Amino acid sequence: MAETVMTGEMQEGGGVKPRASGAQGPWALAFRKLTADRAAMVALAALILIALICIAAPLYASWSHTDPFRSNLDGQVMVDGKLVAALEQSTEGLGLGYTPVGPTWQLGNYFLGADNQGRDVFARLLYAGRNSLLIASGATLFTLIMATIVGASAGFFGGITDAVISRVLDILWAFPIYLLAICLSVVLINQSMKIGPITIDSGSLLLPIFIIGIVYVPYVARPIRGQVLSLRRSEFVLAAIGLGVPSSRILFRDILPNVLPTLIVFIPIMMAIDMLVEAALSFLSIGVQQPDASWGTIIQDGVGLLYTRPWVALSGGIAIALTVLALNVFGDGVRDALDPKAKLRIGAK
Amino acid sequence: MLLPVLKRLGDMVVAMFGISVLVFLIFFAIPGAEPASRIAGRNASPETVAAVRLSFGLDQPLPVQYLIMMKKLFITQDLTSFVNRGYKVIPAVMNAAPITLSLVAGAALIWIVFGLLIGVLAAAFKNTWIDRLLMVMSLIGISMPAFWLGAVINLFTQSRWHDYWLFSWVPPLGYKPFVESPKLWALTLVLPCFSLAVGYIGIYGRVLRANIVEAMQEDYIRTARAKGVSESRILIRHALRTSLISVVTLFGLDFGQLVGGVAVLTEIVFALQGVGKITFDGLLNLDLPVIMAAVLYSALFVVICNALVDMLYILIDPRERTDG
Repeated sequence: MAETVMTGEMQEGGGVKPRASGAQGPWALAFRKLTADRAAMVALAALILIALICIAAPLYASWSHTDPFRSNLDGQVMVDGKLVAALEQSTEGLGLGYTPVGPTWQLGNYFLGADNQGRDVFARLLYAGRNSLLIASGATLFTLIMATIVGASAGFFGGITDAVISRVLDILWAFPIYLLAICLSVVLINQSMKIGPITIDSGSLLLPIFIIGIVYVPYVARPIRGQVLSLRRSEFVLAAIGLGVPSSRILFRDILPNVLPTLIVFIPIMMAIDMLVEAALSFLSIGVQQPDASWGTIIQDGVGLLYTRPWVALSGGIAIALTVLALNVFGDGVRDALDPKAKLRIGAK
Repeated sequence: MLLPVLKRLGDMVVAMFGISVLVFLIFFAIPGAEPASRIAGRNASPETVAAVRLSFGLDQPLPVQYLIMMKKLFITQDLTSFVNRGYKVIPAVMNAAPITLSLVAGAALIWIVFGLLIGVLAAAFKNTWIDRLLMVMSLIGISMPAFWLGAVINLFTQSRWHDYWLFSWVPPLGYKPFVESPKLWALTLVLPCFSLAVGYIGIYGRVLRANIVEAMQEDYIRTARAKGVSESRILIRHALRTSLISVVTLFGLDFGQLVGGVAVLTEIVFALQGVGKITFDGLLNLDLPVIMAAVLYSALFVVICNALVDMLYILIDPRERTDG
């Protein structure tokens, strides 16, 4: 079943003639190689599991009767048969400040304790995962689309187009990515962004998606440009040009399908990178905005409670580390299956 | 020999000029960042804003303002912050620079040593359990946010188990200058350097392993084997040497960016007032002079490191040693 699907895709994209049954196209081969990679399959299963758990966040919230986005300063928690305030008055020193309730380790009842707003950390962790995954996917999609447009036009049209685009990409790449992302975030989070008639509110998830997506465009666009450039000079493309095939057709039927494996290899790698950048921005409170949550904001909440309620910070970080690890392992598998010689740097910082 | 160096210097100046103009323009293009009304405060009368504008020279045309700022930054070197007039920008960056430099240099030392070790070991024991273990550990290191690792390290060493013998040597968070106490300087930096280095150890170990494995399949390795060169000598003298070229490129890029302020998160977690922290604070206050000085400092380092990498190439790779 899977094989026929993959071969079908190849026909659509690459204009390859239908194969005799039994012969395997490159996609089917890659797919078989990927499914035979045990580590990659375990990672994929873990990713799907994490995504499903996070998608089910509203179910958990309604089942445990918590609202993870509303401050719950005078809420009460049942611990060992006794009702305890979600935020306890501190008994040390001057008695100023509050300590949120610690983990109860009971699902549905402040499993990981409360944060400094008295909100259920575990419920927030699930909702945060939705945002983190959404931002990582969105930013990856944005990066890949922009990079393909930019890189392919530079490589295909050459000349001044290429010179200008390559120069701009080089300059952008020389600028530290984290600092660029921080600059953009500080500026854009301060006031809502306006692009023509569209206004993006400063609390919108589109802002981090756009910011993280755009700063990594050079990272993907440069290899794409190089690949398109060498394809442009390859014999089958020269032959197509000689036959008088229009350039748009060459670009879409001959060149882009050959770039597709590289783009696919980039997907898990970019998602892993984007998750880490999102966590960093949210940790600096210039990513996802409160009361909304992401795994980065959970760590930020947790660092304030680090010495009293360490599980807040620990849970956010463990969630990120597990997801990024799974993405990296899966990314390794995809790369080995599709493009073993790809010189990609996992975990670019 | 002199011409390429001069050309590189020219490129550096052009890049720095471009970045400074870009920062300047972006800043004035942001609607909320209009300096005069920010300096004057939230409910300032129009007269106050006008007075502030006059006193800070913000009534001048933009190119003039840009030139004045560059003159204050590079010639008279007395540029002050927009937000706090007593805050001189250049001493602030100069005070922060050694902190960041110590942090990044220490981390670089750790990640180069361990990265090399892991890469060479994994390649030497390719496809054995040693290789797999090292690669899994590298991936775990890459997958953790460095600032979170720093927080976890603090959790263990600063409160709960601080008095336990294992961590009792850890000094409180913060920075001690080398001239005050070399021992405390080193001790305060060990853990921040380590937490910053972990991700890079993973990256460098993996890159190096892949490069060595690829190099081991080259024809010249077969020739060396045929000549009877020992395996360990082939690995170190032949395969490792060619593999180092791409690592040097990576290193130049990473080191330049980290010194330029990318280590901001580690600096915040370990309460170090480094360049990254200063840049971040300047950005949060939308304080153009601070941002300008910090960004130019950062860009300078990135550009210098790129130039150094090009020169190192010539040392490592004989093919680069061509005239012209």
